[in-house]
Amino acid sequence: MTERLRVHVDPDKCQGHARCKALAPELFELDEYGNAHEAGDGTVPPGLEDKAWLAKSNCPEIAIDVIEE
Amino acid sequence: MSDASLPAAHPPVTDWVHDFDHTDPQWTEDPFPIWEELRAASPVVHTERFLGCYMPTTYEAVREIANDTEHFSSRRIIVRDVRPEVARNAAPPITSDPPVHKPAKQLLLPPFTPDAMKKLEPRMRAICNELIDGFIADGKVDAAARYAKYIPVRAIAHMLGIPESDSDLFINWIHMILELGIKDESKLLQAVQEMSAYFRTHIEERRSKPTDDLISYLMNARDKDGQPLEESHVLGSLRLLLIAGIDTTWSAIGSSLWHLAKTPGDRERLIAEPGLIPTAVEELLRAYSPVTMAREVVKETTISGCPVKAGNMVLLSFPAANRDPAMFPDADKVVIDRRENRHAAFGLGIHRCVGSNLARMEMQVALEEWLKRIPDFRLDPAGTVAWSQGTVRGPRQLPFLLGKAM
Repeated sequence: MTERLRVHVDPDKCQGHARCKALAPELFELDEYGNAHEAGDGTVPPGLEDKAWLAKSNCPEIAIDVIEE
Repeated sequence: MSDASLPAAHPPVTDWVHDFDHTDPQWTEDPFPIWEELRAASPVVHTERFLGCYMPTTYEAVREIANDTEHFSSRRIIVRDVRPEVARNAAPPITSDPPVHKPAKQLLLPPFTPDAMKKLEPRMRAICNELIDGFIADGKVDAAARYAKYIPVRAIAHMLGIPESDSDLFINWIHMILELGIKDESKLLQAVQEMSAYFRTHIEERRSKPTDDLISYLMNARDKDGQPLEESHVLGSLRLLLIAGIDTTWSAIGSSLWHLAKTPGDRERLIAEPGLIPTAVEELLRAYSPVTMAREVVKETTISGCPVKAGNMVLLSFPAANRDPAMFPDADKVVIDRRENRHAAFGLGIHRCVGSNLARMEMQVALEEWLKRIPDFRLDPAGTVAWSQGTVRGPRQLPFLLGKAM
């Protein structure tokens, strides 16, 4: 059984530091103000798990969740 | 920079825990052991100087205050000897609290997204190379005065649409506001007036001839009721962009080059692995964060168990937070490939620096272009490194010898 990961950005916590977009551009998108949200439904494609954790551990606002499904 | 003409010389500090002073020469020269001493004493310390001021010493206490806009106001954001009337120097959104803050901030964000910065990058690379052309043949250079300083000045001038050749004018205003203005209110007001007059002229020119720059962008901006911004708002925001964008990044680039000059191992690694530069930039931002902000306590509360009383200022030291070993393993070491780095160099909470994407791009490009052309450099033993005093810390004099040591 391989575990699937999903990322989620809490829009109330995100302040637009954009670290997630720099570290995991495949998993996050920025709006016109530079605030982040997860790409699509946040599902992490196989091979990008490390980037998901990296984005989470570099968010200064602790706005990113990595959910193990 | 010490200035003998300052009107109010502060007595030297003998008891840092109960009488700290961020303008003391010892703090300017080497603040890190002082922060360690303060942190060991308490998560929040207090001084009677500056008409009463607290300082959170841990990352957690800094985060608590940054996120608490109910008890901590941004109406005053520099800790000074005086508490002048609030409205005079307002520079929204940095001096705004909720609910005024959000619309003012949202107005400034779109021109500073990472995508917008990518468009500016080629001009930045050209600026860096023009600057390097100016001194590379000399074999030595003051890297603060001739390189680090001019990169952010020219970048923000380019974005605002004002002449890059006015750079020295902007640098003087910033020195008057951020350094001399801490102890001499008149210097600050003079600089604010001169800046406003300067920008009024540029605003007038654009009324008949609109341009594609930040000044026209702010002139054309509309508030939520569809009304143009008041002139004082436009001028305040322009002052903010100019002040906040310059000696901050100047300091960050200078500190990064200072570190690389005295750490050949890190320098060689970045030359061998240029892909590591963005990670290194984050670590250099953490270890040598230039910007200390401030808040004013407007309602009594408790921070990390320490009572905090209204009427005092708060020295909100993101640089000290970034050296907290409870948050960062080996906090006092520069770990150039640090993977986990939630540093607070650009602040935390709603006042996150509007220009963070610009600053990161400038730092990255400044280091890349420098290392490409000047892989070998070191501190000139015949010169002295001088650090700025006060709110923004970085080298203002950075004498280097260029090329391999003989």
